[in-house]
Amino acid sequence: MIHVGLQHFLVVAALLFCLGLTCVLVRRNAVAILIGIELILNAAGLNLIAFARFGGDLLSGTVFVVFLIVLAAAEAVVGLALIIAVHRRLRDIDLERSDELRG
Amino acid sequence: MLETNLLWLIPGLPLLGAVLSGLLGKPLQRRFGKKAISAVSVLLPWASFGVAAWCFIQLPEGGSLHDRLWTWIAIGPLEVDLAFAMDPLSAMMALAVSLVGSLIHVYSIGYMADDEGYWRYFSFLNLFMFSMLLLVLGDNLLLMFVGWEGVGLCSYLLIGFWYRDLVNARAGMKAFVVNRIGDFGFLVGLLLLFWSLGGEWMDGAYRVNGGAFSLNFRDLPDLVAAAADKQLWGVPVLTLAGIFLFIGACGKSAQIPLYVWLPDAMAGPTPVSALIHAATMVTAGVYMVARMNFLYVHSPTAMTVVALVGAVTALFAATIGVFQYDIKKVLAYSTVSQLGYMFIGVGVGAFWAGSYHLLTHAFFKACLFLCAGSVIMAMHHEQDMRKMGGLGKTMPITRWTYWYACVAISGFPIASGFFSKDEILFQAYNAGSLMVPGWIIWLLGFVAAGLTAFYMWRSYFMTFTGPAVSVGGHEPQEQRPVITVVLGALAVGAFAMSFIGIPALWLDSPPQLEHFLAPVFSAAEGLERVFAPGAGHGVEWGLMGASIGIALLGLAFAWWLYRGRKSELPARLMAAMPRAHKLVYNKYYVDEIYDTTAVRGFLGLSRLSGWFDSKVIDGLVNLCGAAARGFAWIDGAIDRYAVDGAVNGLAWLVTRAGGKLRRVQTGRLTTYLAGLVAGVLIFVILTRFLLDVYA
Amino acid sequence: MSASWSFADAIFYFIALLTVVCGAYAVASRNIVRAVFSLLGTFLGVAGLYAMLSADFVAVVQIMVYVGGILVLLIFAVMLTSRIEKAGRSNPAARPLAASLGVLCGLASLVLLASLALLAPWKQTAAGDFAPTTAPLGEALLAEALLPFELLSVVLLGVVIGAVIIARRDPEVGG
Repeated sequence: MIHVGLQHFLVVAALLFCLGLTCVLVRRNAVAILIGIELILNAAGLNLIAFARFGGDLLSGTVFVVFLIVLAAAEAVVGLALIIAVHRRLRDIDLERSDELRG
Repeated sequence: MLETNLLWLIPGLPLLGAVLSGLLGKPLQRRFGKKAISAVSVLLPWASFGVAAWCFIQLPEGGSLHDRLWTWIAIGPLEVDLAFAMDPLSAMMALAVSLVGSLIHVYSIGYMADDEGYWRYFSFLNLFMFSMLLLVLGDNLLLMFVGWEGVGLCSYLLIGFWYRDLVNARAGMKAFVVNRIGDFGFLVGLLLLFWSLGGEWMDGAYRVNGGAFSLNFRDLPDLVAAAADKQLWGVPVLTLAGIFLFIGACGKSAQIPLYVWLPDAMAGPTPVSALIHAATMVTAGVYMVARMNFLYVHSPTAMTVVALVGAVTALFAATIGVFQYDIKKVLAYSTVSQLGYMFIGVGVGAFWAGSYHLLTHAFFKACLFLCAGSVIMAMHHEQDMRKMGGLGKTMPITRWTYWYACVAISGFPIASGFFSKDEILFQAYNAGSLMVPGWIIWLLGFVAAGLTAFYMWRSYFMTFTGPAVSVGGHEPQEQRPVITVVLGALAVGAFAMSFIGIPALWLDSPPQLEHFLAPVFSAAEGLERVFAPGAGHGVEWGLMGASIGIALLGLAFAWWLYRGRKSELPARLMAAMPRAHKLVYNKYYVDEIYDTTAVRGFLGLSRLSGWFDSKVIDGLVNLCGAAARGFAWIDGAIDRYAVDGAVNGLAWLVTRAGGKLRRVQTGRLTTYLAGLVAGVLIFVILTRFLLDVYA
Repeated sequence: MSASWSFADAIFYFIALLTVVCGAYAVASRNIVRAVFSLLGTFLGVAGLYAMLSADFVAVVQIMVYVGGILVLLIFAVMLTSRIEKAGRSNPAARPLAASLGVLCGLASLVLLASLALLAPWKQTAAGDFAPTTAPLGEALLAEALLPFELLSVVLLGVVIGAVIIARRDPEVGG
């Protein structure tokens, strides 16, 4: 009998996390990096809910994820603002080109 | 003990006034004028007096009123409530403070009429009333300490009220710093009590008392009595606590050695001097000692210290007062001296007499100060008595109220000051529980009484008699009714207070105030006396006669020297004893001594450290430097030829490597992020497989 | 219940597949517009997984905030910054070396996390019945979680102000 349990959800979350991580590391478009971050945050939320569900205290996990979603929204707003600011400055959002921190 | 829910209003109403005029005062004053401020800040203290009077009427015979708001602090067995209590002593104080305070508020309407900071002034004055009433009505030592600090703050604020003048700001700071020294003593005393009453050291651990432990004045007598045998470093802990509390009282009530701030505090507005620095705040120390009478009766040492310091201060300050020319300074030293009398009273165990003198002094000294304020206003802020004279003709009300207050303070039997001072002196003579004979204390107080009469009448004659002076082309005028009515009321108060203290010698019954206060001071009944109660009448009559005699002598002397300001004698007398005069005129150079020892001491210490640093330490450092330079020269020679080659080679290597490594800092977000992730991965893998954390 | 998959299991595998495949497409696509739209599937899938975990309220919030809010924001970001005719190559990968390093990192973390998820002896209690969480959640947010809740509103205010300041035109540059 294979019933869907904690580990199934954890594996899905791990997959999402690694996809997000790869996206952040590989892509050059700033929007794509935002996409990667959203994937990572979703993976984290999924983990939290899964642990809460199978750990016995669903409520606190739910509270956590509600906060997480709100913070993700906040992050997306600031990310968009940054992207627009970068675009205005460089006429592009390719992060390979925004390298003014170069040593 | 009767529960009530009115007591909190007594300090609460002035607090409301302080908050209202403090927060809204400026716009109110601009919008509606000063009348709006007066309406709030003068009426609320009167309302507070009304509540106090109402509570006083309800006070049960020999009992107390109690008003508990809520629990303030609860630590272990200790519970401190935010609660107010009114027993006979605090009823007397609350009535006196709120009545004199309210009268002075009325007076201030006239005195501060032209001041821009009107709202600020009344806010501070109301805040002071709040703190003082909190101090008086607080149900426990901690609450009393809050009020104690509050009055200190208000005193500071009001001394430096005209803060644009550096002198005033400095005077305020001096008062604050000196009071702080005293407050430190108070705090140490409080902690000693806390420590000794709350539990004890056993087997190296501190054990709190099993039962409830409180700091309120109803439970403290029993707790203190239980701790009577406790010792700290071989000294009874109650003696230590009593002496430290008295240091606090010395600061607040301007006793030797902490009296120096009070004369300088005269920099504030005169009604403030009258209210805070004569009638109420400075008597807080006396009130505290009287309140803690159950502590002091356990310790003859502490009582001796209190009485001796009081007696010496009374005499010492009186001698300084003799030679002052500033009318407010004369009154300031006279206040210090009178406070000394009060401490004699409480120190010799006649707690009711000290409290009675506190009460009478509140009236006649407030009256004197307000008269002085009236004179100062008429003289356009001139305070030097040498430039005054003949004011009696144009300012009759001021003159006669001042005259009556002088009668009261110098101790003639037609005014309240006589009864209180005489009772204190008799009780001092009668004291048998001190470590010095009572007559020594009496003698000091007796001489001071003569000096008091002399300098007070001197100030009266210098100010109000003699040829009339003119200020700015016209004669000084009597003040508006708002001021003179207050003067009259205070003079009447100084007279009326006589009736509650007429000694048993004159009537069949003991003085009413003594009877009224007896429940509070029951602990003092066990004190040893020279004469049993009801005995020693002959001595009492004799001492009374001597007091009147020396007061008359002082009056006569002042009359002879200063009457009509015609005599050349004062100048000649001073010329005859230039050194003594100079010494006393300069207040025994105490300020200078403090300046050279304490203040300069600190500065000197810091300068010494600075010198040590710049000469000795710097010298050593320089020596090391020179030695190092010598070595360096030798080293340099080797360096230049042998090492440089190697170093340059290395530098070249580093430059090249840096050039390569610089590329790592691509400035690209993803690179940094990849580094971060790789680092975390490596870390996790290492911990997973090498350290076997998850096993 | 049989040895074969139950219906619930089938739904789980379907939703998980949808989530992961859409996520993979969002990462892999060279067209940023398609990547963003494919994210829709992931977000919906995660919402479905939340629902399967009995977190009904969070599932609805996930749809409202992610799909209704964040996704729209991302589309805005794309529209404001990319030219539509270049959409086909709007999402370039990094240079091969860096890209392969990134993929390596991703794979390594996948191996690590998956092995952890499968091998670690998780302390589990039996999952309870499905029950609505909205009411207890509301109580929790106004009781024990009140302080973070209020702090979060302050954070949101700060974010709104910060975003406006960052994104507005520099008045000195002139625009």
